[in-house]
Amino acid sequence: MADSGQAVIVALDGPVVRARSPVPFSINEAVEVGDKGLLGEVLRISGEVIVVQVYEDTAGLQVGDRVQGTGQPLSVQLGPWLLGGIFDGLLRPLNDATSAYVHPGRVQRKPQQFHFQPRLQADAGVHGGSVLGDITSPQAKKQLLLAPPQVQGKLVMLAPAGDYPDDEILCKVRQADGGELGIAMTQSWPVRIPRPAAQRLAAHAPLLTGQRLIDVLFPVARGSSAAMPGGFGTGKTILQQSIAKWCDADVIVYVGCGERGNEMAEVLEQFPQIEDPRSHRPLLERSVIIANTSNMPVAAREASIYTGVTVAEYFRDQGLHVALMADSTSRWAEALRELGGRLGELPAEGGYPAYLGSRQAEFYERAALVRTLSGLTGSVTLIGAVSPPGGDFSEPVTLHTQRNVRCFWPLDRDRARARFYPAINPLQAYSDDAASMIGWWQQQGAAEFASQRRRQLELLEEQAHLARMVRIVGKDALPASQQLTLLCADLVNDAFLRQSAYSKIDCFASPQRQIAMLQLLDHFILRARQVLASGADMGHIEHLPVLRRVRRMGEEISEAALPEFKQLQDQIDAEFAELQARSVSTEEAGVS
Amino acid sequence: MFPEVVLSGAASGIQGPLLFLERSLRVGLNEAVEVLGADGVPRPGRVAALDESRMVVEVLEPTQDLGLAGTRLRFHGKPLQFGVGPGLQGRIFDGVGRPLDGGPPLAIVEERPIAGLAINPTARALPTDFIETGVTAIDLLNSLVRGQKLPVFSGGGLPHARICIEIAQHARLLKQPEAGFSIVFAGIGVSHTAAEQFRSAMQHSGALSHTALFLNLASDSSTQRLLTPRFALTAAEYLAFTEGRHVLVILTDMTNYCESLREVSSSHGEIPGRKGYPGYLYSDLATLYERAGRIRGLPGSLTQLPVLTMPGDDISHPIPDLTGYITEGQMVLDRQLDRHGIYPPIAVLPSLSRLMDQGTGAGYTHEDHPALAAQLYAAYARANQVRVLASVVGEEGLPANDRLYLAFGNEFESQLIRQQEPRTLDESMQIGWRLLGRLPHEDLSRLSDAQLARYLKPADTTHA
Repeated sequence: MADSGQAVIVALDGPVVRARSPVPFSINEAVEVGDKGLLGEVLRISGEVIVVQVYEDTAGLQVGDRVQGTGQPLSVQLGPWLLGGIFDGLLRPLNDATSAYVHPGRVQRKPQQFHFQPRLQADAGVHGGSVLGDITSPQAKKQLLLAPPQVQGKLVMLAPAGDYPDDEILCKVRQADGGELGIAMTQSWPVRIPRPAAQRLAAHAPLLTGQRLIDVLFPVARGSSAAMPGGFGTGKTILQQSIAKWCDADVIVYVGCGERGNEMAEVLEQFPQIEDPRSHRPLLERSVIIANTSNMPVAAREASIYTGVTVAEYFRDQGLHVALMADSTSRWAEALRELGGRLGELPAEGGYPAYLGSRQAEFYERAALVRTLSGLTGSVTLIGAVSPPGGDFSEPVTLHTQRNVRCFWPLDRDRARARFYPAINPLQAYSDDAASMIGWWQQQGAAEFASQRRRQLELLEEQAHLARMVRIVGKDALPASQQLTLLCADLVNDAFLRQSAYSKIDCFASPQRQIAMLQLLDHFILRARQVLASGADMGHIEHLPVLRRVRRMGEEISEAALPEFKQLQDQIDAEFAELQARSVSTEEAGVS
Repeated sequence: MFPEVVLSGAASGIQGPLLFLERSLRVGLNEAVEVLGADGVPRPGRVAALDESRMVVEVLEPTQDLGLAGTRLRFHGKPLQFGVGPGLQGRIFDGVGRPLDGGPPLAIVEERPIAGLAINPTARALPTDFIETGVTAIDLLNSLVRGQKLPVFSGGGLPHARICIEIAQHARLLKQPEAGFSIVFAGIGVSHTAAEQFRSAMQHSGALSHTALFLNLASDSSTQRLLTPRFALTAAEYLAFTEGRHVLVILTDMTNYCESLREVSSSHGEIPGRKGYPGYLYSDLATLYERAGRIRGLPGSLTQLPVLTMPGDDISHPIPDLTGYITEGQMVLDRQLDRHGIYPPIAVLPSLSRLMDQGTGAGYTHEDHPALAAQLYAAYARANQVRVLASVVGEEGLPANDRLYLAFGNEFESQLIRQQEPRTLDESMQIGWRLLGRLPHEDLSRLSDAQLARYLKPADTTHA
């Protein structure tokens, strides 16, 4: 910080500014540009000229304006006030604003009061991740005050229990080199550098999303990564929001990267009102919202993704499970492309810079289940939406993403057009985590989980195959067993996979309810095959009254009424028994 | 008046709309300038790029007749602005906000930068008020709410103009039917006939007194086209958030806007993206579309109805594609429906309104509206699958159940989508229930038993 440089602007081109300085700057150093103090970052240095990317609207900047160095890489402030807040792409608060519009320039955050309860004594040895104390406030869950990762030394001062503003120094550490470091609740971290952890652990439990199509067929593990590519109108945002609302993470970081303003308004309107089904507190209290809407400056869009994952790692380090939703990573890639173009870089495929793939890999690698420096277990799960141009999944952003994530949930235009949500295409989707999650489901009481899941996937596969046949010969020409396959596959789609985000009952399904529905459906499939094999008429099976109940079970049987699944199963058994009796009697009649 | 600096004899080159000058004074990026040729006619422009020795001015009108010798510049020291004030309604302006109707100059109370500012997401109020447009395909199936941006994806020769005019004339709130809309119409590169058609229709219905027209005709400068929607939206924001009105903005045709953007971008020597459009097409369109909305604590609202013609009827073309990623849904017009004489030819399956769930259902329209719409969609999607089958195996080869769906699909188009007169939402819903009644009840899995009992007579069931 000592010798931060000062430069003078020599050229301006959109968000890219060139400035000349006799004092050296360093790469990725954060700078303040012009009288308004617009935030920027040094991207290139050649001789005395630095190239700066400005994160705000550059209109009105002049040649000759000053660029002030900060001596630090682009960093964000992290603290207990993050929960429940809404911020721009550089983590500056949006809800403090006095104007209805976003004005460029410096924003000062007002410090807030939090209660601090120390856990250590003076003279204690302290290292990166040491738990110094607990932070509480009436609006947010309990958080920890940790020593920053690079700290190593002895505690020389620790504040007594009490209420403090978040920027006040609460403890001091004498470092090995003799220097003294003050630690406040609010700490700073460079966004492009992953926060360190003690050890990466193997994923063993799912991040439950409450969406059957994901949890049962294509689960994502805690500490894993997933992507949902889809053209416009296929329901990416609704699915992201559903996961953000109902998944069992401790903290949600929701990054609206270059998306719609009204969608962010929707999140802000709903999250304070919806209750977290587990903690029974408003959802907003476990959420951090980062909003960089499509009409806000492009360069900040590029930074917002890193900001989001840095926030997620900050909570992970406190031993929490964090889910990060990034909607949409394509806008981030486009911001890279736009800035690359202005810097005169050689474009690679689709006009994107050649480093697109490695940037995406770096980002998705920050998803992890770890033992933290404090010895706690925490995770960051990354769920990115991708908006491929024209819905074409062979474009560079989708392809690079697919290589870097473990779960792939492509959204299907035809399903969305029939208002079948979530519109994930089960024939194209996959999850590398699926195999390691089976044990977890068996512990929850779904002994046959693996075979029931496989049966659903097989039915969907066969349906696609038979649909081509039907187109040629007509459905009536198929053998009865294949007609039954079509009926069962239709049931898998309609009764199990379809789940309306707007339904009061079905917007979320607990693991117990998912298991009950999975088992009920499987029971129906197996019974129907038996009954058909014993000579029942396919036409009768198709018109069983219970079918309507099965199709609507998600909508009609709530979490509080799980025993009703047993009653529904009894009804299935009763109707099949009757059908079987009828077919046996007609057979006998035919014989005699 | 603003301070002016006149710079003459500094021009070092002219290339398309760009003017290269030696920089001899301090100017800011994006500031407005006036470029005066030897003829003394001022042409608006802006400072596009700056370095130590040179600056680049983008001239927003044709640069013909400009020469290096006689060209003078007048610097305004601030970005392009539009002076707004009472009396905007009932007026006709050209593409850059100059009165075209021979009326008096506007009583200006405020100069506003035409680029606008991004609305802080925390200051936005969620759009929830249902707008009854009179069009069943919109009201019943893809409801429009106040503060939404819902584009019309059309094609050459399709009746998008008529649909927009009818919506502009009929749109009203379900809850306050007497409260109409103020209309701002931005014609971007439209033909004189199209502009006149709109003007006379609004005059005929007596709506011209609360309409403001901004006309950039096809014969006007294409660089000016980039400004027309910004002038119109600046006026609309004034009407909505200063005067507290509910404003419906019709932007037509956004395809012409994008073509101009491509033209100007290539003259800057920028690296082209998909189909030659600049890489920032998405961000640029967002700065227009995102100006729709409502603001907490302010009475007005700004609803956008942009119209674009899909080049080659291709919905994956960059213009409709990027628009669809920004707007809250889309209404897609279909050539085949049009050929079958169905007006309005709205293809409902690819159409969508993202905000529908916030403005329909109990408390907004009718408690059974969302379920009815979902069921109609599911049934019509199935009818279309059956149509594909029927085209291969023939209608006779279909099972009886599928034939019901085939009939449903035809009636859906000819009775529900097609309409001669505007309908109320209730009338639209009644037709919807009647059509569903022809289908086997056991298939209607999006409806509850109570809804079946309430709306569908058991006698309607035609069982196979």
